[in-house]
Parts: sequence; C-alpha cells; structure tokens
Amino acid sequence: MKPRRFDYVRPDSADEAVAVLAEYGEDASVLAGGQSLMAMLNLRLAEPAVLIDIASLKELDYVRVADGKVEVGAAVTQNRLKDWPELAGKLPLLAAALPFVGHFQTRNKGTVCGSIAHADPSSEIPLVLATLGGEVVLRSRRGARVVAAADFQRGTLTTAREPDELIMAVRFPVQPTARVAFREVARRHGDFAIIAVAACVDDGDTVRIGIGGVADRPAARRASAAAAKDIFESLAFELKGYDDLHASARLRRDLLRRIGPVVVEEALRCAA
Amino acid sequence: MRRVNKDERTRIRFTLNGRAVAGDAESRMLLTDFLRHVIGATGTHVGCEHGVCGCCTVLIDGAAVRACLTLAVQAEGRAVTTVEALASPDGALNALQQAFQRHHALQCGFCTPGILMSFTDYLARNPHPTEDEIREVLSGHLCRCTGYAGIVAAVLSVSAGSSRQRNDSASPEPTLKLESRS
Repeated sequence: MKPRRFDYVRPDSADEAVAVLAEYGEDASVLAGGQSLMAMLNLRLAEPAVLIDIASLKELDYVRVADGKVEVGAAVTQNRLKDWPELAGKLPLLAAALPFVGHFQTRNKGTVCGSIAHADPSSEIPLVLATLGGEVVLRSRRGARVVAAADFQRGTLTTAREPDELIMAVRFPVQPTARVAFREVARRHGDFAIIAVAACVDDGDTVRIGIGGVADRPAARRASAAAAKDIFESLAFELKGYDDLHASARLRRDLLRRIGPVVVEEALRCAA
Repeated sequence: MRRVNKDERTRIRFTLNGRAVAGDAESRMLLTDFLRHVIGATGTHVGCEHGVCGCCTVLIDGAAVRACLTLAVQAEGRAVTTVEALASPDGALNALQQAFQRHHALQCGFCTPGILMSFTDYLARNPHPTEDEIREVLSGHLCRCTGYAGIVAAVLSVSAGSSRQRNDSASPEPTLKLESRS
C-alpha cells in the first residue's frame, strides 16, 4: 500500500527539527532510518500529518565516548555502529546483539536511536540499553533531559518521549568486562525475536540479565553468579509472555526457562 | 529547510546509475514508484512494500537499502544505483549476473534484482564471504523458486574467482542502461 498524504519537512539542523516538533507535536512523526516507520506508513498503521526527516542531519551522525559512556547520535545507522572499530572493546554485548537486528540491508538505513524510539518489545537494541542501564537524551523547546532506559520504555511501542521531544542520542555505559552472551530465537535470522536473552558479567561476579520478546518491554535483572542460572523459572512466571503470530505465551516462557541458563553459562565461561 | 506540503508536487533530482534524472512527485511517493513510474526504470521490483521481501533493494550512495522504505524526496542529491547498472551498455552481463545464470540462481527472476544489488554492496565490503555470511545477507530476501542453494553457489563462485572477476562484480561502472519507453 501507499502512505496517506503528509507534509514532508527536512530540517537543516537539530534546532530546526525541535522547532518543527514544537509546532506540530502529536501530529508529527520523526523519520530517521524509516525501517519501522516507513513500513507503518505504507500499511497506514501510522498517519502523521507531518513527517520530520532527520536522517541526513550531520550533527546527529556521531559516535563518541565521554564520561565512561558511548553516546550514539540519532542519525547513526545500525551498520555504522556495528562497524565502529571500538565497539567490541567498549560494548561487547551490543557487538554480540547488533548482527541480530534486522538484516544487512535494513541495518544500512535503520538507526540505533530509531529502534529505541520505536520500542518494539522484541527489539535487540532497547534490550541491550536496558540490560546495561543506559539512558536516552531528549530535547525540546522546553529544554533537554536525560531519561534512564528503565524509565524510557513504558510498554509496546510506547515510550516516555513527549510529543514535542526529539531523541538526540542514546548512551550506553562502557562495559567493565567482555564476559557477555546473547542468544535469540526467531523464525528466520533477522526476523522479530520470539525471545532474546542477554547476559553480561560485571566486576565482582554480578550478572546482568536482559530478556526481550517476553514482556511488553525489555526486562533487566541482576543476580549473583551463583544464583543467576536459577532465576529463570520464577522470571518466566513473572513476565507471563504474550501470544502473537509467531509464538504462544507458553512457548515464550518455555524458551526462556531453557535458553536463559545457557546464556548465563556462556557469559560466565568467557575469559575476563 | 526543505519542505513539501501534502497537496504539492515537487521536482526531485538525483543521480541514477551515473546519470542525472529529475521528475515530479508528491511527498508521499516511494522511491520504488518514482523509479518505475516517473523515470521508467522498471528493473527495481515491488514485492511486499513493507521492507520484508527485499525485491526493491537498490544502492543509495553505495549502500544496499529498501527502496520501498525510502521516499523519493529522500533520494534528492544522492547517487542511486539499480540493477540496470550492472550489465555493460552492450548488454553483456557482469560476473555476478553470469554466475547467477550459470548456477540457476533464478527461475522467475522477480526477486533477482534486489538480491543482485545486495551482493553488489556486500561483496564490495567483504570480497571473500563464507557461506554463512552469504546466507545471512540472503536472509534479507525472499525467493520462492530456488530454495536459495543456487544463489549461495553463484555468490560463492564469484567470490572464489579471480580478483579481476571480483572487482567486476563488486564495483560496477555506473553506466545507464534503460530501455526506451515507447
């Protein structure tokens, strides 16, 4: 299908984008890579009056390290971050998860911040951001604010972003160790995850565990190395799971019970 | 700031296969439709129109992307490369296309233009992919005829070939070969 009519605006700066967002608010959608939004426009699941295209804003196309965090601007594509030479050293969990994000062809255009903005419960990038305890940098005419990942994603396709706010960047804390593991089950490589499990071992043998595709948002937990493999039984009940085209809630819980301990074991076995 | 209102048609210009092209479109027009209906370059195929099947894959500034998830107005000032650029002006197929023919990597051919463009980008970045890497790139395409085995064999044969062959397939000269619309 084809999108409904909309006014197309391509600002020359983030300031301009924020000004246009202030003017139109809820009637506007921000277009970056468009790998989810354009499909939703074509299917007429999204019908914004105004489309604000920030994909070519050079000032938002950056990856930088500051204050122990890797900051990724809103115009950075998933493949660009995947090919960033420092990724495996600074964010090994994200390096392990990015190959599962869509396909080579969609990562060429899809952005890191776009995945965060879209907030699909089965998405890998929001899962990694939640697991590592990252944050989202927002800006509007009213000012700038930083929201913790745990507070940002509120539910399926729902976030704490106000209609006049632009996601400027996301920040991932640099990981202290390279002891990570990531696994996902999908119908075909690159499809929506039926379930995704991430684990990373912090200094002091605390294990961070992240689960995507089961609840309406990524679930992040911490456990001691000794107890980490045993949390999945109760976690499966707690997160409940959901039924959709790809899998039943029961299958999701069952996969979590089976794959969770394997992923934790993989992370613990990694050399420090 | 570039602005195109919803009831407006605007002139869109970009480079297609090395040649400057221009045409009028609404803001909502997809790049697929612009290429096919405005320019008349029908090599780019339209399958699912929501980014899943990969038939419409083209190169924008050298990167393989879905043309159906791109607005025509977003191509302004960019270099767009489509399957029409792969063969020489005299119609001789390039090394990748010849390999597809040799290995029966297509039957109906509907998905082929997108797959060729994906591997044109991918082989330029990674000239010696493993079979697993080829299959991962191929996961971004749907083919209902071949079962994919022929496609994997074709790409493997090109990447394992001489460096001259690789160069031929990896970086096609941006030449225009459009059939005239009569």
